[in-house]
Amino acid sequence: MHLNRYGQVGIFMASAAGLQLAAVAAGRGFLLTQMTMSAYYTLAVLGISLLMGYAGQISLGHAGFVAVGGYTSAVLTTLDLTPYRAQPLVAASQGLGLLLARPDLYGGELLVVQPLVACILAVALATLLAFVVGIPVLKLKGHYLAMATLGVGTIVYSLALGTQWLGAADGISSVPPFPLPFGASVGGPAGGRVVNYYVAVALLGAAMLLLLNLVQARVGRALRAIHGAEDAAAAMGVDTASLKLKTFVLSAALAALAGVFLTHYNGGIGPSEASVMKSVKYMAIVAVGGMGSLWGTLGMSLALNFLSLRGYFGAYDDVVFGLILVGMMLFAPEGLLALQPRRALAALRLRLRRREDGEEPR
Amino acid sequence: MSALFFQYLMAGLTYGMIYAVVGMGFNIIYNATGVINFAQGEFVMLGGMIAVSLVKILPLPLAILLAVLATMVVGALVELVFIRWLSSPSVLRMIIITVGISILIREAALLIWGQNVRALPYFTGSEITSLSIGGARMSPQVLWTLGACSALVALTTAFFRWSSTGKQMRACASNRVAASLCGLPTRNLVTASFILSAGMGALAGCVVSPITYTQYNIGTGLAMKGFTVAILGGLGSSLAAVAAGLVLGVLEAFAVSVMPSAYKDAVSITLLLAILFLRPTGLFAARVAYRP
Repeated sequence: MHLNRYGQVGIFMASAAGLQLAAVAAGRGFLLTQMTMSAYYTLAVLGISLLMGYAGQISLGHAGFVAVGGYTSAVLTTLDLTPYRAQPLVAASQGLGLLLARPDLYGGELLVVQPLVACILAVALATLLAFVVGIPVLKLKGHYLAMATLGVGTIVYSLALGTQWLGAADGISSVPPFPLPFGASVGGPAGGRVVNYYVAVALLGAAMLLLLNLVQARVGRALRAIHGAEDAAAAMGVDTASLKLKTFVLSAALAALAGVFLTHYNGGIGPSEASVMKSVKYMAIVAVGGMGSLWGTLGMSLALNFLSLRGYFGAYDDVVFGLILVGMMLFAPEGLLALQPRRALAALRLRLRRREDGEEPR
Repeated sequence: MSALFFQYLMAGLTYGMIYAVVGMGFNIIYNATGVINFAQGEFVMLGGMIAVSLVKILPLPLAILLAVLATMVVGALVELVFIRWLSSPSVLRMIIITVGISILIREAALLIWGQNVRALPYFTGSEITSLSIGGARMSPQVLWTLGACSALVALTTAFFRWSSTGKQMRACASNRVAASLCGLPTRNLVTASFILSAGMGALAGCVVSPITYTQYNIGTGLAMKGFTVAILGGLGSSLAAVAAGLVLGVLEAFAVSVMPSAYKDAVSITLLLAILFLRPTGLFAARVAYRP
């Protein structure tokens, strides 16, 4: 039976619920914490899957966008605006209800930006950054985007690490929970673990639906055409530069959104969130999940992020992801699910035979 | 004031020379394969690290020589194991593979040498020795760096211009199919370009190590600077990369004098984006920035 995208997302939600029940039934409800975090990371990874697997562009800086989202939200929801109350901008924002007074740890009162407003601003900032970087770079070929995004990631990392009011090496902590309707929230006391898990799963399901809609429509076909042969796609009337830019910006916005929720969930963010290794990790997950396979990427991302967060790879975490990356690209560039062992073996045998015949393999 | 100016200038030129050598390394491999080797910075790191380990048991010149040779072997292995047997890989695939290789080399370095910051001893004198030139005081190591890197650039240029292997590599770069039809061993020439590029990076890493120190993770930053330089000079053109390297080094040195050093890296990446936006073919070259 062939399911449409709504059915697929439904099955995903049902299996996520099944996992939750199983974890709680087995008395291992604490695992939900890492499952929730890996769901948020997966949100960022899905954007990269669209960019890399469908449009064929490489970003080595998506951790930078995650951090831009996370840090912006963290700063806006923790920076006390009380001393600036008289300033016109602050006063106007307060008048519009964009600010929120909340008690701090010591019983005093803080005046901070509403989490929802902070979230919108954070995503907007990342989107703007992606635009600025993307416009010049996406008109050019492959390695330019890779290097430029690597640069962006590195800058975000060194700014986060070197700026005092971003907490330098410690990052920003005591970020408040993100309030949601019906009394739920992202983050907050450990008792809300199950609610938090379902919030993350619902967000992931919604993002998945959006992306599936996108790739199964005209845009998706155009993206695949770009990946296959950019010149041919352009000749067929696909506005390649603009489409690549839109994809890049969308993936950056998803990464920033993931960063915002991850920060609220963890109650803080540190510079390591922006490190290049994180970006490489995301890329490795897309590679193993399969180029142009959103479901494959989703599954792999949930699994690998979970294992990594639980510390199963120990000190070799980076090595594992490096090996995955190289191994996948060498032996199965289309992803594990697309791997056809028999055909690969046959091709290898053919090549060896050719070499024996003295023919230079090309 | 002018002494201070000179001081910044010399510091800028020292770093600039290193960027130039990394940029040239990018160009050599790019010309041979059409691919940017993201592990280029790791070659610089490896050169410095191996030399620091060897200098404990060997005299300095021998340690450097062996470090450069060892890194050349690594460069050859990278090509032989990962690149050689791929049949017409896409650019995307090649970039990801070299990124992965850079991670693996870095992690291996972390396992072998740990997180410690290391440095070779000064080639002449010690860290407090200083020469006075035009009122500015500088370490003799600055002159070593400038001298060694200039010699490296000159030798490489001569190699490509006059030696037979160099000419073959240029032929392979300008048209690989035609070169192989003429009977040139194109695959071996690609390996040679990795070896050469690794050796250059390693030597630069050794010479600069007393001033800038070496750590397992310096590769990424260097690769980015080197790439900026290669683009600035017009991808594929080596001497322009040297000029661009010096420009970037000096710009950075003066940028540090007016803003916190944490933002130093922002200078080069901003420059990179500006160049890509305004003049993707590079400042000096009229050639196209990418090959069809």
